[in-house]
Amino acid sequence: MHIPDGYLSPVTCAVLYAAAAPFWAIALRRVKRLLNTKLVPLLSLFAAFSFVIMMFNIPLPGGTTGHAVGVGIATIVLGPWGSMLAISVALLIQALFFGDGGITAFGANCFNMAIVGSLVANAVYRTIGRGAAITSTRRVVAASLAGYAAINAAAFCASIEFGIQPLLFHDASGAPLYAPYPLSIAVPAMMIGHLTFAGLAELITAGGVVAYLQRSDSSLLKLTAPDAPDENSIEKSGWRVTRPLWIGLAALMILTPLGLLAAGTAWGEWSAEDFNDPAGREQIANASRNQSPPDAPPEGLVRLSSVWTAPIPDYAPPFMNSAEFGYIMSAMFGTGLIIAVFLLGGWIAGLINRGSKNAPPETGNN
Amino acid sequence: MNPVSNHKLKSTPTRKKRRGSFIERTLSTLIRKTERALFAEELARKEGFLQKLDPRVKIIGLLALILDATLARNFFTIIFIFAIAVLLAIVSHVPLRTLAVRTWLSVLTFTGTIALPVIFITPGDALFRLPLLGWTITAQGVTSALYLLLRVETTVTLSLLLVLCTLWTHVLKGLRVLGVPVVFVVILGMTYRYIFVMLETARNMFEARQSRLIGSLDARESRRIAAASIGVLLTKSFYLNTEVFMAMQSRGFRGEVYTLDDFMMRGRDWLALAAFLLLALAGFWFGRQDSLQSFVNLHF
Repeated sequence: MHIPDGYLSPVTCAVLYAAAAPFWAIALRRVKRLLNTKLVPLLSLFAAFSFVIMMFNIPLPGGTTGHAVGVGIATIVLGPWGSMLAISVALLIQALFFGDGGITAFGANCFNMAIVGSLVANAVYRTIGRGAAITSTRRVVAASLAGYAAINAAAFCASIEFGIQPLLFHDASGAPLYAPYPLSIAVPAMMIGHLTFAGLAELITAGGVVAYLQRSDSSLLKLTAPDAPDENSIEKSGWRVTRPLWIGLAALMILTPLGLLAAGTAWGEWSAEDFNDPAGREQIANASRNQSPPDAPPEGLVRLSSVWTAPIPDYAPPFMNSAEFGYIMSAMFGTGLIIAVFLLGGWIAGLINRGSKNAPPETGNN
Repeated sequence: MNPVSNHKLKSTPTRKKRRGSFIERTLSTLIRKTERALFAEELARKEGFLQKLDPRVKIIGLLALILDATLARNFFTIIFIFAIAVLLAIVSHVPLRTLAVRTWLSVLTFTGTIALPVIFITPGDALFRLPLLGWTITAQGVTSALYLLLRVETTVTLSLLLVLCTLWTHVLKGLRVLGVPVVFVVILGMTYRYIFVMLETARNMFEARQSRLIGSLDARESRRIAAASIGVLLTKSFYLNTEVFMAMQSRGFRGEVYTLDDFMMRGRDWLALAAFLLLALAGFWFGRQDSLQSFVNLHF
């Protein structure tokens, strides 16, 4: 993820320096106001911490190890602005004193990992962890997803930066001057790697550290979530917190017959019979800018459509006369099924959790 | 910063039996990092050409050459700058063997792997067709792969010269010249110092764990230990922060930062600055010429 010099054109580097500069300025001002004289030691120590955990080999599934940037956990403890500065300083030290990551590409590296990474991690952690108690499992999930999303967002930015190089910068013969792969290759190549493996290192780090801090020193988690409720009060008010969600869900279920108002068929959701039925064919043509459909239904569609027959075809159980009521019944049945699956999942997760809680607590200390 | 050579992990008996656990691997990464910093510090104290220069000249000169190498639109300019970098390494007593093994070879393997498919997939004039696979190598593809490799080799060598031939305290002061705000420079300096404290703390933690470990850890337990170690390090860094802050306050720190700027430009520094700028300008000028074109177009 640390882009070395030579992969990006100087113009791209300059643009990304310029893009990063206002964020640094705002971050410095905000953090300075909060910390005043404490700014210097806190940022230094945290940047040193970020630097060192970039060296850690995080065990990944499959016996391999990977490195985390630490942007997830930095954002959760310091907030997005503090994390932005700490990670930037750590990246600068890597580039200047250890020769890792380019000097001209430093702006790009900061933009991807420190800035985009911190903002994405913050958004995800706040959204999922909103209102959760400091020691709740939801915070661990929120932290894991925040780390995972942050590193993937950073990788996505990097892949875009790589991908536009051959478009913009090539010599007279058409040979790319910098990173040679177009967007169509750079984006999937980077994203497959990060969505599957590299992202997991960040996910494990952020989630694991939050789970550890919950057990050992939850005051560090309170820094960015000062108004998080206590464990006890959240248990009593579980209904109050989720009430708007339940009401919204009920309203959506009642409104499902609105689907009957829509004219024609949903584009691309045609069945094999629609291709043979003249009225169906007309609807397909209308929905496809008067492009007439093929004479016979596609062979694969015919073959696969017989594999599975839905118990409630077209959301209307065969024994029901009223289409509206059939829609509502289908919605209730479907929603109930989904909730049941999640409750079952939660119950199993609870069982596994209880099993691991019996294990001796981990300190990792000497 | 203690010498760490006696902590080499190679003699650990478990190493022979299986691929090291993540603890061993992390330990060796941490030690390698510290060793490299020590190596750089040792080199920076030698009496070489770059070491004797004023850090401001070094930073400006080497950055200008790095910029040239990234701007250049033909091979000759990049190779010319690479040759300057090698020359600078020789006169500054940077062992070429270390440079070759640690830098050039690792760039070749990493960037080379990335660049290899380019020679087949870039559309352009066909040069050669692989006999069995039927893949076509294009002139544009080879040119592009060479650009990437040469550029990365050159810029990495130049930035490593800066790292290896300048004391880190001098790099910091030099940064002031480039307009980096003083508060950042101070944060950078403190960070660099505490990196070694943290590296040492992390090493102690992992060594303590490793010495109490019999058999191998399963994946789940490994992940728990990794996360817990990071958590402990985080808590420790907060404690350390409080202590450092109190120490700073007790010595009168009120948020303002002052540095001693005691660099003196001597005749040699001015000469070197002029030479660097002249080279950089020449590189910039020749680098813009598309007409020199690529090796490939000249040779085929």
